Amino acid sequence: MSDHTQHVHDDGHHEHAHDGVEQIHVTLKGYMTGFVAAAFLTILPFWLVMSGAFSKTGPADAFILLLAAVQIVVHMVYFLHLNAKSEGGWNMLALVFTIVLVVITLSGSIWIMYHLNQNMMPSMMKNVQNLP
Amino acid sequence: MTDMTMTVSGGSGAEEALRFHVTEDHHPENATLLGFWLYLMSDCLIFACLFATYGVLGREYAGGPSAKEVLELPIVAVNTTLLLFSSITYGFAVLEMQNNRRGPMMAWLIITWLLGAGFIGLELTEFTHLVSIGAGPGRSAFLSSFFTLVGTHGLHVTSGLIWMIVLLVQVGKKGLNAANKRRLMCLSMFWHFLDVVWVGVFSFVYLMGVLA
Repeated sequence: MSDHTQHVHDDGHHEHAHDGVEQIHVTLKGYMTGFVAAAFLTILPFWLVMSGAFSKTGPADAFILLLAAVQIVVHMVYFLHLNAKSEGGWNMLALVFTIVLVVITLSGSIWIMYHLNQNMMPSMMKNVQNLP
Repeated sequence: MTDMTMTVSGGSGAEEALRFHVTEDHHPENATLLGFWLYLMSDCLIFACLFATYGVLGREYAGGPSAKEVLELPIVAVNTTLLLFSSITYGFAVLEMQNNRRGPMMAWLIITWLLGAGFIGLELTEFTHLVSIGAGPGRSAFLSSFFTLVGTHGLHVTSGLIWMIVLLVQVGKKGLNAANKRRLMCLSMFWHFLDVVWVGVFSFVYLMGVLA
């Protein structure tokens, strides 16, 4: 039931012409941009934590996670060469699906287990707080 | 993306074909890189589960040492630097590959390998130190999840290093042919992906652990 005749370019092409590698064109400028941005986004949170500029955990945690998210995007764009057009958009589609699953896994686990700790073991919680 | 056509039989024997796809749609001819990307996404889910485990258990010390007491940021800073530099040197290797210059490509790959080996060496030093002070994976839920998460990343880097040696031998023997270029691009994605995971590890485990 399958038929390849309508794909004229399927016939007689060599492996190197369509191995997918040639679609990606990397540049020194792209790598250096990504490297400088990633270095900045790494040094900043390390410096803030190691110098003791952060004392409270609440807003500091959020800021560290924000910087990490930005750096992950930088890595994806400049090092993994991800864009909406590569591989006909399937790369991006798989990534979006993965991000949805990752967010559900992470936020769901932490949310539920946090409430289990709070609601199901009220007597245990006091003991835990007394531990060193 | 298979080409499915259904010929309608009967009638006057017409050659009319029902097509259930857009013939002018472009699709990747050889989907190795896409397939490898899908593997990386599934690997991402493994790490998501380990991150979630750490997120749940990371503050359960069972009377043992806390993250603040055992994690040493200077070592992690050096490790992060090594991994970030190995990312950019792999990028240089890909640039040389694009220009079909085998010698410089292999030189950059060897530099990348040394940086990655330094990362693993430093991580093993950290692990043995933790075990020696009684903060091994069996001590508390925090340390179990810590060793599982960071150790899994370390295992990935180790397999990347082995893969790099294999590719160095193959490129040395057969040169930069199409197959080797494809393999180098797959390893490139793998290597940069590990750096992405490490960004999550040093932010979520080390920096936030020391702050808590």
